[in-house]
Amino acid sequence: MSKIRIVYDRVRTEEKMLEEKAIELGHDTKMIDAKVTQVSTESKKNDFDFGDVVLERCVSYFRGLHFTACLEFLDVPVINKYEVANNCGNKMITSLLLKKHNVPTPKTYFSFSPEAALENLEKVGYPLVIKPIVGSWGRGVIPLKDRETADAIIEVRELSDGPLDRIYYLQEMIKRPPRDIRVIVVGDQVISAMYRTSSGGFKTNIALGAEPILCEITKELEDVCMKASKAVGGGILGVDVMEDEKRGLVVHEVNNTVEFKGLSKVSKKNIPKEMIDFAIKQAIK
Amino acid sequence: MNCPECDAMLKIPDDASVGEIVSCPDCGADFEIASKNGTTCQLKHAEKVGEDWGE
Repeated sequence: MSKIRIVYDRVRTEEKMLEEKAIELGHDTKMIDAKVTQVSTESKKNDFDFGDVVLERCVSYFRGLHFTACLEFLDVPVINKYEVANNCGNKMITSLLLKKHNVPTPKTYFSFSPEAALENLEKVGYPLVIKPIVGSWGRGVIPLKDRETADAIIEVRELSDGPLDRIYYLQEMIKRPPRDIRVIVVGDQVISAMYRTSSGGFKTNIALGAEPILCEITKELEDVCMKASKAVGGGILGVDVMEDEKRGLVVHEVNNTVEFKGLSKVSKKNIPKEMIDFAIKQAIK
Repeated sequence: MNCPECDAMLKIPDDASVGEIVSCPDCGADFEIASKNGTTCQLKHAEKVGEDWGE
């Protein structure tokens, strides 16, 4: 029996499924609320009950990232590692790593001022998709089909003036069927995959109502997802793949705190079990 | 128990866990279950969805 801890800030279906499965597998399981946990430079591992391994499952990316840094400071094994969370949480870093590791990925253009972003758009040509470098569930992902739309969106960005809004991430619009593929990778295995079909709009996020349909794990899909997982550092990940009409599979995102409520409805494998088993293998021996 | 915001009846499932969110069907306010002792729950206002929320 191992001691597994699940760090959360909001208990979603996924965290409940993980807790239930860990208990069912006979592990000493506890839920830890990141919001009420205090860590300092003087803290020692024994001041806390972080068990043998922690699954970091915060819904807030920055909270989870910084909590992970604290866990690693305390020498607590945590999934995913800080470096992996950082690589996946920032879409620009993810795109750079995917390309660097020869993972097929959409062409993506970066600019660091509104003027340069507009220049980039004029140079590359419309349409391009603008995405916030940090964020999820498809929020702020907008196709820019013409100069008027681009002017409007960039002006809104300037007005909101968030620190991350100064980074302009523009991605080619992939010619694809109205769906993408979400693949769950756990360690060195592809566990399950599903098509996420758009309900009519441009986005295919399950959080926005996309319908999950089981997807066969082909050799090509497995290869591309394993390469993507290795590129960001590995662990428990959700790899998002599009089917480009000409190039075949392209990876556009790798998710760190992967949601699997939709996929678990259709998956042949038990996703929480695979995750718990993997976590236990990473635990202190 | 009753909604701390509008006093409407809040139905909290027996298997609800600490950290889970319950929404008031009348006023729509979201509450996080802060603690649970048998059937008695303590609620606190849930955090608003942040820009960095999600996968």
